[in-house]
Amino acid sequence: MSTLQPLSIHSRRGRRCRAGAGARLFTAWRLLSVAFACLLLTGCDGLWNDPYPANERGTNILYSSFVDRPKTLDPARAYTEDEWAFIQQIYLPPLQYHYLKRPYELVPNGAAQMPQVRYFDARGQALPQGAPQQDVAWSEYEIHIRPGMRFSPHPAFATDAAGQTRFLDLSPAVVRQHRTLADFEATGTREVTAEDYIYQIRRLAHPRLTSPIFGHIAHYIEGLDTLGERLATDYARKVAEYQAAHGKADPGYPWVDLREYALPGVTLVDRYTYRIRVRGVYPQFVYWLAMPFFAPMAVEAERFYAQRGMNDGRNLTLDWYPVGSGPYMLAVNNPNSRMVLQRNPNFHGETYPAEGAPGDEAAGLLADAGKPIPFIDRVVFSREKESIPLWNKFLQGYYDRSGIASDTFDQAVSVGFEGQASLTDEMRAKGIRLQTSVATSTFYLAFNFLDPVVGGQADAARRLRQALSIAVDWEEYISIFANGRGIAGMGPLPPGIFGFTEGEAGLNRTVYDWVDGKPRRKPIETARRLLAEAGYPDGRDAKTGAPLVLYLDTVSRGPESKSVLDWYRRQFAKLDIQLEVRLTDWNRFQEKIRQGRTQLFFLGWNADYPDPENFMFLLYGPQSRAQGGGENAANYRNTGYDALFKRMQAMANGPERQAVITDMVHLLQDDAPWIWGFHPKDYSLVHAWVHNLKPSKMGQNGLKYLRVDAGRRDERRSDWNQPVRWPLVALSIAVLGSLLLARRAWRRRERRVGRTDGEILARRDAGGGGA
Amino acid sequence: MTGYLLRRLGYALVILLAVNLLTFALFFVVNSPDDMARMQLGSKRVTPEAIERWKQEKGYDKPRWYNPDASGIERLTSTIFFEKSVRLFLFEFGNDVDGRSIRGEILDRAGPSLALAVPVFFVGLALNVTFALAMALFRASVLDLWGVVVCIALMSISSLFYIISGQYLVSKAFALVPISGFSGGWDALRFLALPILVGVGAGIGSGTRFYRTLFLEEMGRDYVRTARAKGLAEMTVMFRHVLRNALIPILTGVVAVIPTLFMGSLIAESFFGIPGLGSYTIDAIQSQDFSVVRSMVYLGSVLYIVGLVLTDISYTLVDPRVRFE
Repeated sequence: MSTLQPLSIHSRRGRRCRAGAGARLFTAWRLLSVAFACLLLTGCDGLWNDPYPANERGTNILYSSFVDRPKTLDPARAYTEDEWAFIQQIYLPPLQYHYLKRPYELVPNGAAQMPQVRYFDARGQALPQGAPQQDVAWSEYEIHIRPGMRFSPHPAFATDAAGQTRFLDLSPAVVRQHRTLADFEATGTREVTAEDYIYQIRRLAHPRLTSPIFGHIAHYIEGLDTLGERLATDYARKVAEYQAAHGKADPGYPWVDLREYALPGVTLVDRYTYRIRVRGVYPQFVYWLAMPFFAPMAVEAERFYAQRGMNDGRNLTLDWYPVGSGPYMLAVNNPNSRMVLQRNPNFHGETYPAEGAPGDEAAGLLADAGKPIPFIDRVVFSREKESIPLWNKFLQGYYDRSGIASDTFDQAVSVGFEGQASLTDEMRAKGIRLQTSVATSTFYLAFNFLDPVVGGQADAARRLRQALSIAVDWEEYISIFANGRGIAGMGPLPPGIFGFTEGEAGLNRTVYDWVDGKPRRKPIETARRLLAEAGYPDGRDAKTGAPLVLYLDTVSRGPESKSVLDWYRRQFAKLDIQLEVRLTDWNRFQEKIRQGRTQLFFLGWNADYPDPENFMFLLYGPQSRAQGGGENAANYRNTGYDALFKRMQAMANGPERQAVITDMVHLLQDDAPWIWGFHPKDYSLVHAWVHNLKPSKMGQNGLKYLRVDAGRRDERRSDWNQPVRWPLVALSIAVLGSLLLARRAWRRRERRVGRTDGEILARRDAGGGGA
Repeated sequence: MTGYLLRRLGYALVILLAVNLLTFALFFVVNSPDDMARMQLGSKRVTPEAIERWKQEKGYDKPRWYNPDASGIERLTSTIFFEKSVRLFLFEFGNDVDGRSIRGEILDRAGPSLALAVPVFFVGLALNVTFALAMALFRASVLDLWGVVVCIALMSISSLFYIISGQYLVSKAFALVPISGFSGGWDALRFLALPILVGVGAGIGSGTRFYRTLFLEEMGRDYVRTARAKGLAEMTVMFRHVLRNALIPILTGVVAVIPTLFMGSLIAESFFGIPGLGSYTIDAIQSQDFSVVRSMVYLGSVLYIVGLVLTDISYTLVDPRVRFE
């Protein structure tokens, strides 16, 4: 029986082991229970899935999101929607767009009234209003700003008892003691003056800032180009001196006091008035005055951030800590996660507009007329890089408004037989509202006019372009790929821009017929006839018999793009034309366009300002991308069109300008340098507790007009987000059950092993081979 | 040991130089300084002069490798490669193209990344080893069979599915935790619970299968048979012998990864709104920010080398036969 001895040892050790494991298991289970109870208790004071701090409940906050972090918040550099979404609330340019009126209308913002324009000839003699364009050498804009505007609180303005600035002459060692702006013990403010507006215009020429509009605007403002050249030389010298003193690795930079540099085109009249001289007649200049490029900048702010050590790992720069005089100021600046705007206590005050567009009163958009704005105390922007979490949080009530991604479109919107969009029952049950607007944008398929096959003014090429314009069915594209969110273009101008003509009068007769009060795309036979006239009957060269192959350059990749590219091929195949798609990356694509080495390509344009010039210049000959580095990517050139453009550019809106625009559009429709694509429709959703929201593609400073009912929001959030506890209980039971089952299985296994060994030994004994 | 570490340091410097060269070459095969300028200045109204100014301001106006206009050593030092790369060896990362300090960004983002990656790694490791041990313990049983089936099923599912279904079930349907976001302090637990759960769950299938294979291989060895023959309890055999002897392959896969946890998780951080380092490199590649790309690649290389050295050191702790000599 000596062979049984090890088994008994085995058994005893196994019991000790099991007893230890059982104790540990019990301890673990107790800990798990305590943690679980803690979790239940902590969740009792509110909603478990609320991503915001509990102390924000019921407060006057708007919750929004952003996808791409802004690259800069400096008003001289920022030029994208991601950036303007913030700085348009912070900085106060002279003008703004009326919040409610359509078509868009400029109204004073930082200015006390609309600028006065005077015209001068080359000898400096004043000319009467309406003087011929060719006589005008200069236009002078006189801008009166509102007295009493003040900058938001900032350490740059802090002064001591003697009135001396406290934080403008700090040593690097002292600067390094401050990690954030909040570490500076005091803040101050001062009144905004005309000098601050002038200082910002000078900043546009600063080589360190590389303002994206400098090249364009320096062409107009007298002396700005010369200032840019002088600054480039002086700044390079100062940088060399700075690096010699502090080393090349020093992240700081030398400060240049721009007040020391003359800018003859911008003059100070008095504390609240300044003038800007612009070359020739450039009526669109006023639109630039509604952009942050022309907002006031305090010289103290530049000087403050230029102190050595500010940019040494702390990001204390004007790029990230704006100093404005608008309704909000930046309270939290974490572009990777969260940006928070807070009401500027020094905002001069403004009231909600008392007039609007037709229908605004019925929509309740004038209910707050005359009340002081802004209504909202804080605006919290959370970064959401993915659309699914953003959408779900909107449905939970944690975002107050949302766009509609293509993968959630069917959940949010149903489109009727007539193409009318309405909310689904699920959205309506939540009280969500749908807001639609046609964007001031255009997307198009362009022909390169320098290409020997599709480009140029030759009749054959024109007919080929016209045939393709008929064949490419944008209505189908909008239906398939944009969920119906868009309208097919008749020309470059989108709705909402002066010059756009609705109905039969605006019909592109090259592509459409007017049938039963609606435009109808011409039959494909018409396109085939045009193709034959172009010298390509049945898609083959009439002379050589070779099939016509066209090339589309694109950066589109991925499964979704494949279906779009297949669709393009099918459109061209209607005419038996082969379309070869040349996939490339964005850099090479841009390079090809710059060099005019493309044949067909897809592009889009978002309006800078609501003037037809901002679209028509995309086809203006001197703007040719390949020949002049301009914005005319199709390199279209038509002397008649160019002459009309020059006239139209300088005209005020009115019947005469409309007539010129109509002529220009007819020329374009006949030449067909673009396959007029579509103007997208923006769909956005907003919760019932948000008031006064009117979509605007021009003014992005609309946060000050919004109002939220925080109490109602809390109620709905509470209704929609009650935690479901049973899965936690079920999970706990499942974990415990699994542990018990494992324990039981283990014990059974041990017992089974024991018996089996015993049986083997017993058989061995019975076989006469015993010990 | 000192000699060994010095030797490894020498190798590391050569590797890092090669990584820098390769990163620089690959980046500028795809992008040129002009492309970078256009990406930063936007696509509207950008003039050639503005591009030149941007390049000059950011230090991209020099030749990439060799400057024939300079004299002496400056022919090599007055180049983009030298000026942008050599300071990396001193961990001076400079600023990104937006002017933000890369060092500051790394320090800010490392915390959230580690807050997610460390629990996912260690909880996942503990669970994977536990499940693998259990399956090895019940080898060739119904439990083992179904365990393997479940593991293969879990391995076959995309991590994106775990994230989306996790967010739908836990945050939306059950409303137990926030769908996305991040917060400091203890409040971070509310935001991290779901990503950790998803991260651990997504790795259980492959992890358990891998460790089960290691354990089964060890269990077939002679010393295990000897231990059993001595009459040791199966639990003792598993924990005292099998687990300890399987530590070498486990450590090979685990210790080298620990320092790189610092680099964060790409997809999870994007979906859960965690402002970590995971998406920093991807964002930089998309925005053609060479300063960030080279810094993150360099940092990743350094951390990986540190991980490999730590792995070697850990071998000496778990296996007395291993010596640095």
